[in-house]
Amino acid sequence: MSLLLARLFPPQSRPTRRAGRLLQRNLLVYKHIWMVIIAGFCEPVFYLFAVGVGLGSFVGDVTTAGGQTLSYAAFVAPGLLAASAMNGAIVESTFPIFFKLHYNRTYDAVLATPMRVADITVGEILWAQLRAGIYACGFLALMYVTGLTTSPWAPGAALGALLVGFTFSAAGFAAVTFMRTWHDFDMIQLVILPLFLFSGTFYPLSVYPPFLQPIMQISPLYHGTELLRAFTLGQFDWTLAGHAGVLVLMGTVGLFIISRRLVGTLLK
Amino acid sequence: MNTPRSLMVVEAEYRIYRRTWRGTVLTTWLRPILFLVAMGMGLGALIDRNVNQALGEAGYLAFLAPGLMAASAMQTAITEASWPVRTGIKWRKNYWAQISTPLTTNDLLTGLMIWITIRLLFVSTAFAVVIWVFGAGSFGKALMAVPAATLTGMAFASPLAAFAAWVKEDSTMIAMFRFSIIPLFLFSGAFFPIEQLPDFLEPIVVLSPAWHGVDLCRWIILGTPLTLSIWTELGYLAATMAAGWWAAARQLRKRLIV
Amino acid sequence: MVESLVVGRGLSKKFGDFTAVDSIDFQIQAGEAFGFLGPNGAGKSSTMRMIGATSPPTSGHLRVLGMDPMVDGIKIRGRLGVVPQEDNLDRELSVYENLLTYGRYFNMARAEIDRRAAELLEFVQLSERRDSRVDPLSGGMKRRLIIARGLINQPELLILDEPTTGLDPQARHVVWDRLYQLKQEGVTLVITTHYMDEAEQLCDRLVVMDKGRIVAEGSPRSLIERYSTRDVLELRFEADARDQALPVIETVAQRTENLPDKVMVYTDNADEAVIRLSNNGVHPISTLIRRSTLEDVFLRLTGRQLIE
Ligand SMILES: Nc1ncnc2c1ncn2[C@@H]1O[C@H](COP(=O)(O)OP(=O)(O)OP(=O)(O)O)[C@@H](O)[C@H]1O
Ligand SMILES: [Mg+2]
Repeated sequence: MSLLLARLFPPQSRPTRRAGRLLQRNLLVYKHIWMVIIAGFCEPVFYLFAVGVGLGSFVGDVTTAGGQTLSYAAFVAPGLLAASAMNGAIVESTFPIFFKLHYNRTYDAVLATPMRVADITVGEILWAQLRAGIYACGFLALMYVTGLTTSPWAPGAALGALLVGFTFSAAGFAAVTFMRTWHDFDMIQLVILPLFLFSGTFYPLSVYPPFLQPIMQISPLYHGTELLRAFTLGQFDWTLAGHAGVLVLMGTVGLFIISRRLVGTLLK
Repeated sequence: MNTPRSLMVVEAEYRIYRRTWRGTVLTTWLRPILFLVAMGMGLGALIDRNVNQALGEAGYLAFLAPGLMAASAMQTAITEASWPVRTGIKWRKNYWAQISTPLTTNDLLTGLMIWITIRLLFVSTAFAVVIWVFGAGSFGKALMAVPAATLTGMAFASPLAAFAAWVKEDSTMIAMFRFSIIPLFLFSGAFFPIEQLPDFLEPIVVLSPAWHGVDLCRWIILGTPLTLSIWTELGYLAATMAAGWWAAARQLRKRLIV
Repeated sequence: MVESLVVGRGLSKKFGDFTAVDSIDFQIQAGEAFGFLGPNGAGKSSTMRMIGATSPPTSGHLRVLGMDPMVDGIKIRGRLGVVPQEDNLDRELSVYENLLTYGRYFNMARAEIDRRAAELLEFVQLSERRDSRVDPLSGGMKRRLIIARGLINQPELLILDEPTTGLDPQARHVVWDRLYQLKQEGVTLVITTHYMDEAEQLCDRLVVMDKGRIVAEGSPRSLIERYSTRDVLELRFEADARDQALPVIETVAQRTENLPDKVMVYTDNADEAVIRLSNNGVHPISTLIRRSTLEDVFLRLTGRQLIE
């Protein structure tokens, strides 16, 4: 049994406390971190403003799967938070990591020290989480102020956004380990765009014919959206555990792939 | 015969494109399809329940499609102009190799702009086809909007090349992407008439070339009246492109000729 | 009088307030191999880039192939081959495609590039890697590919910034042979290097730069004659014997250097000096006799310490 574990998780794929060192490095390197953070906070706010204010009056009220009727802005806000968490995780984990991996050779240098591959993985993902957490809190505060949510459970949506961020940072990082040129970013866009558009962010899945709905439910962002919406509306049931489980599972698989692939590329 | 030097840059781009076209071709076709299905039909289903004078009589899909064509050209132009310049200077470093040959920084820029124009023509034509297939407009009119969408893209390509040549860190690039592109996209008038916005925002939106592009494409395809005169709109797009070009030429020289 | 291919007079390059090249004068004749030596940061690469018409001089006079690089940069670069110090191969392209695209920038016909590329890949021994990507090549292979790339347009003037750094001994010799051959064909070479043996082998004339200035100029032989002695003795002592020996050593040498591990004795006749030392009761544990090299000149001119 322990042998099997060692095979599945060789030392390089087990993180240590040194992962924090990579976090420190990133903090040091990002001199204009405030700009990234402002941008990350503004993005969902722009979405909300455009969709809520611009489109809201055309759409009118929306009825959720749970039978609740609410304003379009209140419906769309948690979805936008989830979408933005995904987008941020992807944009900020793919481009910089790609360049560090292939051009800057940052990780080669890191691995010449006692740091392990898993420390890199965990360090990078913690880094992404740190930012995602800041954005999410800012957005939720805005929702409170504008009255888009009144649920006492809403702060839980920040945790949900972190989970979405984790899932997609891991997935984005995993995807980067397969990329060879920056043109491959097109492929990532190809996956992100349908997720963005078809995950129940902008309207309930019930708009679609019933046979299409199960297909939409494959989308991990759909689970993220449902999770966040449950918190901001204060409506819970057992499906929540399922939504969270899907995200955790996907992120873990991503982590596993990253460790495997990084050991393969960096330590060959 | 002497081929113009900037065409050599186009040729080099094409050589790389031959290897990477699969991803781009998919995005070229899928992006309009996905957007029209998700927003035009999905969200459209919610919107068309109500009577909306501001969106015209043809329904949300018909309102959205022309605007998205211009906005899509903008997005393509932004990615195609910014990352190649950034990597050419910083990561791939091909600009440094190129300027040690008879190529000048102006040749690099002209080559890139020609290349992006070709890509935009292609992407916009694909969009026109999708519009026609979805019944969101006539094929002839959609095709006529291709040059307008391409010009809209070019009005973004050259300023973005200038920005990418100026940028010192990748994090600035990423912040720019999230900070400016998304708002430009959302507030271009593609998704809703900008009259919906608070009054103080309207003049700001009108400054964006995207809004002019959307207005032009909607005029051509849907037949809605132009907000400004056609010469003002075309002139504004052309002027933005020219100003960006000038700035990009300057920045590239500053970065590379040291 | 033969027109000099490259002329610099009072040539300076500043980056902001910092002066990287400080009013240097040099002339490079057609057909010769001219070297720039100097410690890190001396300003060699900056000078190379100015000659390569990609970096505008801050002040002074510069002529390359009889033209002003800031006016006729395009024409000059068309007749130049450049091997930069830093790797800037295109990683999006294969080995062959790197040569192809680069050749196209010179407006060469494709058939001609194909012929040249095959020949050059043979020369740098990369024929088997023709269709490989650039990234997986070893450091030395990349270096060889850059050299091949610099030769694609059959340049009249070849600028080589540390061409053989990172090459194995075999590859270095192959490159030296080829450069010698190019010189025979009348190509003018401008080289920077940190290998003194390379400079001695390749350069007809060279300058030593330090902190942006030229501190010496001449052929390798004449520099050795001027700045060093014919022979050098390297002596090692037991810890305490050394201090006693030093005064004696001074009497037989033109110049000595007392280094942590050994004493360097500069003299024109080493054999005689050894005999005189032993007659005076100086018995080192080891004695090495050798001819002066360019390295001795270099260290004398630019110092042994790393000074920033
Ligand atoms: N683009 C630049 N901006 C600012 N300073 C520069 C730039 N290029 C070179 N320098 C500075 O000019 C000085 C000379 O640099 P240069 O590259 O010419 O040295 P070098 O003689 O080639 O050294 P090495 O042997 O290490 O290659 C250095 O102090 C360097 O920091
Ligand atoms: Mg140098």
